[in-house]
Amino acid sequence: MPLSLDGAALRLKDDDDVAVALRPLEPGVPVRFADAEIVPSALIPTGHKLAVRSVAAGALVHKYGQAIGRASAPIAPGEHVHVHNVEGVRGRGDLVAPQ
Amino acid sequence: MTGTFQGYRRADGRVGVRNHVLVLPSVMCANHVVDRIGRSVPEVVTVTHPTGCAQVGADFEQTKHTMAGFAANPNVAAVLVVGLGCETNESKALAQEIAARGQRVEVIGIQETGNTTETIARGVEVARELVREAAAHVRTTCSLSELVLGTECGGSDGFSGITANPALGHAADRLVDAGGTVILAEVPELVGAEHLLAARASAPVAAKLYELIERVEARARAMRVDIRTGNPAPGNIAGGITTLEEKSLGAAYKGGSTQLREVVEYAERPTQRGLVVMDTPGQDIEQLTGMVAGGAQIVVFTTGRGTPTGSPIAPVVKVATNSDLFARMRENMDVDAGTIVGGTRTLEEVGDEIFDWIVAAANGRETAAEVLGFHDFAINRIGPSF
Repeated sequence: MPLSLDGAALRLKDDDDVAVALRPLEPGVPVRFADAEIVPSALIPTGHKLAVRSVAAGALVHKYGQAIGRASAPIAPGEHVHVHNVEGVRGRGDLVAPQ
Repeated sequence: MTGTFQGYRRADGRVGVRNHVLVLPSVMCANHVVDRIGRSVPEVVTVTHPTGCAQVGADFEQTKHTMAGFAANPNVAAVLVVGLGCETNESKALAQEIAARGQRVEVIGIQETGNTTETIARGVEVARELVREAAAHVRTTCSLSELVLGTECGGSDGFSGITANPALGHAADRLVDAGGTVILAEVPELVGAEHLLAARASAPVAAKLYELIERVEARARAMRVDIRTGNPAPGNIAGGITTLEEKSLGAAYKGGSTQLREVVEYAERPTQRGLVVMDTPGQDIEQLTGMVAGGAQIVVFTTGRGTPTGSPIAPVVKVATNSDLFARMRENMDVDAGTIVGGTRTLEEVGDEIFDWIVAAANGRETAAEVLGFHDFAINRIGPSF
């Protein structure tokens, strides 16, 4: 399901957990892909990410067919995927154990 | 037969796409004099900066080599170095390094000449003579294989990795196919995408790339910070980018799909043609300066939020990732890649437009940043001032 039928969202790779909003996605208004229908549970601003499948807390989140980070909370289809529920894995000097 | 353009063939064999006379302070104490020379001789370009003194070791060497590389860029016909007289970055030694790179250079010193006013007057005289000399250079037919393209993204948003960056990658592939060189830089913004580049490199080149990536993450560990506290920047996050890895995966598209041939240090001149990674920070102006000091004659800069940055000596082609930005900051933008999402043009069509812009800029067409007179310049520091 790369581009949604109305052209509102784009899932870049088949295995991606997210699709990118090409225009604002209103909560409750279904986004229809050829093989699935996702109902946004919040406003997804243009350029932001819509969850197209569930991601368990702690699991990697995929976009571009690659890992873009780790879910810091469980993510359900339709949720806005952003800094409130995804954290980076790389460049995390803050996770170094204190000496 | 690969394509051609009309460029300025320099003494060292490289080719410029502009014919600037540059007035460069060896130290920040000469900034005022440089600025006044520039006001009196509008045909020159000037830069000012806060470096050149109380620097030591590798930090000083990088500053000096960056200034020398920038001054020797083939877009520059001649250079006037203005020094103070007591600085770490001695103006005569800097001028020697510039001359050793095959560049026409003159040097004046403030303490040696006397008062500020007299130094400005002397500088104006020398600058006018260099402008007269530069006017004798004419464009001749050159191969596109002589071009070194710097690629950059700044003020990225959720569209950068879908529209402008892949379109630039298409243009980059075309330039590499024509025998040219493409620099992919901003190494912190390759963290999380390095494995994709390494898969297209020889083992030694891949090892050097991984070394640069590790340097970035080692700095974050030493500072005990999450890079996300500063990168992605607040505007990137507002634009939909969530993590450093996500930003990197979108950013890496700029380099296209060809083999990674070489990894070079900040401001270092590539020795290989094709795709090259340069170790620069993601800070836009330090990156721009590093690539131009490494010999890039043209830069293509993609932006989603609207970054106006331009170099004093190299055309910077500005590509908007979305059509809203293209309309809102029309005077700053050269290409609208948002049409890809609008469905009116394919990624390849926008990539071809970027490639055509590269060739047009090489032939002399001024970019938006040049028309507006941007002359951003900043050298990446790797140590503290003493």
